[in-house]
Amino acid sequence: MSAADAVIPWQDALFETLRAADIRQFAYVPDAGHAHVIRRAHATDGIAAYPLTTEEEGVASVSGAWLGGQRAVLLMQSSGVGNCINMLSLVQSCRFPLLALITMRGEWAEFNPWQVPMSRATQGTLELMGVDVRRVDQPALVVPEVEAAIEDVFTGGNAVAVLLGQRLIGRKRWVK
Amino acid sequence: MSAVLERRDVVRRLLADRGDDLAVVAGLGSSAYDVAAAGGHPLDFCLWGAMGGAAMIGLGLAIARPELHVAVITGDGEALMGMGALATIGARKPANLTIVVLDNALYGETGGQASHTGLGTDLVAVAAACGFAWSRRVTDEAGVAALAGQLRAGGGAGFASVSVSAREVQRVLPGRDGVEMKNRFRAALGLPGF
Repeated sequence: MSAADAVIPWQDALFETLRAADIRQFAYVPDAGHAHVIRRAHATDGIAAYPLTTEEEGVASVSGAWLGGQRAVLLMQSSGVGNCINMLSLVQSCRFPLLALITMRGEWAEFNPWQVPMSRATQGTLELMGVDVRRVDQPALVVPEVEAAIEDVFTGGNAVAVLLGQRLIGRKRWVK
Repeated sequence: MSAVLERRDVVRRLLADRGDDLAVVAGLGSSAYDVAAAGGHPLDFCLWGAMGGAAMIGLGLAIARPELHVAVITGDGEALMGMGALATIGARKPANLTIVVLDNALYGETGGQASHTGLGTDLVAVAAACGFAWSRRVTDEAGVAALAGQLRAGGGAGFASVSVSAREVQRVLPGRDGVEMKNRFRAALGLPGF
């Protein structure tokens, strides 16, 4: 079983939270930390889960989903945030609700130094483009934070990114 | 190949008698002006930015509303900036989505610099290779008429590159208030505001 196959309990609870909130589209660029949620989304009737070639595609598609009356979520890792910058002007100019769940790399027990620069810039980049940022580092707080974000996004009409800290995912094994 | 079609006429013909079951996402620049010139409709979503995002807005919308036909009308420059979207759409294959590129092979808003479609990139071949149900080039009036019918036929995902003249036409500006446009669009579908 690879790291991407291992189920961490908060990941299953996270998927159930998203499903309970009637989120019907899961647009994603994969990350090991999102693997379980992606797998469950693909396996659930009534949910459209689709991979993106770059994260900014998802900023546009979740906005399109809202135009049509569906709730959507964008899943990515921190390195993808930089790819979204100009597309976030769509969210800001039209005040689209945006829910992004972002797994962090490059901040804790990171083997790959190339992940670090975008990791350091993740929160600032999102805030510069008008996205509220929350952070979760404790497993017990994932669901309450995401539930609050869902409320702020789909009821309050805001753009919110929840950063899932690298501690939540654990060390990546580089030598198998 | 000399293009004889005029973009303004093409869009007007594509959107004539459109009914209430066709939504249009227009890429920024000339394509948005063309859609605005076609008369304006609550189910038009005309971009003033977000370059490269038109096709993906169309995908999210097409998934959300399978009973609605969605046409993305955009330029070659906008489509090239989001070319990966063709792979994403080709993988998903929504039957109710058509991407129409008005291809003049140049960047009209910025001084007419040559775009990649004039330098060798064949977007029709790209869309076909990405798995679109159909993909073709439109170069004449008969092709435009056939495309107009296909926008509401549900046989997609479809892709058409319409070769158009590079001649500049009068600007007809759509509204620039994105929030208002979004709310109007949603209201037309019976959805609440914001």
